[in-house]
Amino acid sequence: MEKKDIIQSFKDSLFTGLIALALFGPIVGLRTVSKGEGLFITPQWGIVFLLVGLCILGRFLININSARRTEFKIFSTLSSKLSSITEDKAKHFAITGILFAVVFPFLPFTDRYFMDVAIMILTYIMLGWGLNIVVGLAGLLDLGYVAFYAVGAYSYALIATTFGWSFWICLPLAGVFAAFFGILLGFPVLRLRGDYLAIVTLGFGEIIRIILINWYEVTNGPDGITGIPRPSFFGLPFKRSPDEGEISFHLFFNLEYSTMHRIIFLYYLILVLALITNYFTLKIRKLPVGRAWEALREDEIACKSLGVNPTNTKLTAFAIGAMFGGFAGSFFATRQAFISPESFTFIESAIIVAIVVLGGMGSQTGVVLASIFLIGITEMFRDLEQYRMIAFGGAMVLIMVFKPKGILANRKPTILMHGDKK
Amino acid sequence: MEYFIQQLVNGITLGSIYGLIAIGYTMVYGIIGMINFAHGDIFMIGAFVALISFIIFGLTGVALPIILLLVLLIAMLFTACYGWTVEKLAYKPLRGSFRLAPLISALGMSIVLQNYVQVSQGARVKPMQPLFSGGLEFFKNSEFIVTVSYLQIFIVVLTIILMGIFTYLITKTDLGRAQRACEQDRTMTALLGINVDRTISITFIIGSSLASVAGMMFVLYYGVIDFYIGFLAGIKAFTAAVLGGIGSLPGAMLGGLLIGLIETFWAGYVSLEYKDVAAFSVLIVVLIFFPTGFLGKPDIEKV
Repeated sequence: MEKKDIIQSFKDSLFTGLIALALFGPIVGLRTVSKGEGLFITPQWGIVFLLVGLCILGRFLININSARRTEFKIFSTLSSKLSSITEDKAKHFAITGILFAVVFPFLPFTDRYFMDVAIMILTYIMLGWGLNIVVGLAGLLDLGYVAFYAVGAYSYALIATTFGWSFWICLPLAGVFAAFFGILLGFPVLRLRGDYLAIVTLGFGEIIRIILINWYEVTNGPDGITGIPRPSFFGLPFKRSPDEGEISFHLFFNLEYSTMHRIIFLYYLILVLALITNYFTLKIRKLPVGRAWEALREDEIACKSLGVNPTNTKLTAFAIGAMFGGFAGSFFATRQAFISPESFTFIESAIIVAIVVLGGMGSQTGVVLASIFLIGITEMFRDLEQYRMIAFGGAMVLIMVFKPKGILANRKPTILMHGDKK
Repeated sequence: MEYFIQQLVNGITLGSIYGLIAIGYTMVYGIIGMINFAHGDIFMIGAFVALISFIIFGLTGVALPIILLLVLLIAMLFTACYGWTVEKLAYKPLRGSFRLAPLISALGMSIVLQNYVQVSQGARVKPMQPLFSGGLEFFKNSEFIVTVSYLQIFIVVLTIILMGIFTYLITKTDLGRAQRACEQDRTMTALLGINVDRTISITFIIGSSLASVAGMMFVLYYGVIDFYIGFLAGIKAFTAAVLGGIGSLPGAMLGGLLIGLIETFWAGYVSLEYKDVAAFSVLIVVLIFFPTGFLGKPDIEKV
């Protein structure tokens, strides 16, 4: 590297420092604090100088390295290797993953915390797979997916608390309700182009949340619904001391009572639900409607001229995606035994969309990896409560910048014409 | 009748704020065809910069008009830095990528900005003592006295002045011509020797500065801000941009006014709780019946 280049990159770094000072100076450096009547300013210049210094140093190092760009290469080769491995051995990978998931609750290091995180990750995997039908296969960006999750959760909670029906009756009903809402929203808006659709679905998600907060008579407003029945093991409740005339799970199987039984049951429940979603998606991709989705994603005009009705085709994708969202919602309700509008904010939709897009739209394995990665990151930063969402958003931006197609890009059509192998 | 006029005045004030934010959305959409989801958070940062400068200048005891001018300039400058940086970091590397990539990147940026302000400024709401007091009163003889506060007059007048400057900038200067050329055909513009990247950067700078003015107005008008204000205001401003026809600058202002009026009248006559639902429902209805908005150009699909 020549001397001129070094001076140039040094100047550039100083300029970066100046911008960083302008960015961090007022917002980080001058913290507003309420004291009694008014607001006062507490300067925090130490942190600002640290941040500015880091920016200058980082920029300088990037400039010096930019000729080689090794760090980017490592990232992209790693992910393309990952892509090829999972593609070649997709079956092995899936089987190993499922086997691991099945034995996971009985591994020696698995405790309550691990189980809770695993259930959470599986819930997001299921939501991701559900949304993947809409975003990945049909190519419709839905930023209000949480609305269907909420509809599923609330319809489960309301049916279960009002009529006292069992989980296995309420679950399909919740899915049907969610699918109905999907059609209700989808019918008018699916003619819109991609990013308009994104914002309209976002608005719909917010409308549902505002209604949940304000419709006090039915949803109990911000206080939410409590006392949602816990699931039972095919009629055997998980209780220490069952009611008169009832036999609980541990008595029936002659086991020592443990709260872990219910957790493990919930874990398998969500695992099965998620796998059903996955199986369904893999099968429907090969059916005419699944092919129509992928074709629509690639070229809408060509589809129209070949006689595919875009609105109806998109509507099926929307409704089916919504239905799986509803299933996941009822699982969420029964697991928590308490739901409130707090759980269904826009950020949830953003997380689910992020999982699908970061995983590589349309890739089922990608959804799994992205869920583990993103939920894992937020769990790792759990002690730094405030910083975890920054890390989360930052990860979204970085993955998009370096790998815009997602971790495992899979936009290959499922079906190809004869002889057209590649 | 008096109540109606009062709501009209309030609606126009609110609409001015939405309109200023909407311009940022519509300009960016016009030039690079993406929804800058982080724009609402840029507005929020503008509001915070304005609040901080108001506190600092409030201690010095300078006359009010000078404070307003200084805060305006400072907020525009610092917020423009944010707009510029966000574009450089999160959107520029994705130019030419598939359509959804910049949108996801913008979503991530929006999450980062919100939480960054939450961490550095605290999650609690920030109240500010009102700087303006008093106003003009009309219909003094009737039951309901219509008040037009000096602050509302200030907001509307400032919006009109800024719109004047902005229209001049876009229609009469070289910069504006370059900007409009980039909207029509970026490749051709580049071939004619215009620095497209710079023009896009300037678009972000202008959009962010206007959003920061809206932020300053928001601080003055409501007197309370927190790190979350950008989300709702951003969505409503985007609705305004779509309503007016995205890509059209007068449309953004018109849409802003309409959204402001709809929201105020809904809150005044129908129900306060559901005022946000009104804005979103309007968005859905408009997109169904006027997919290109009121002043937008029809979108021709080419094969």
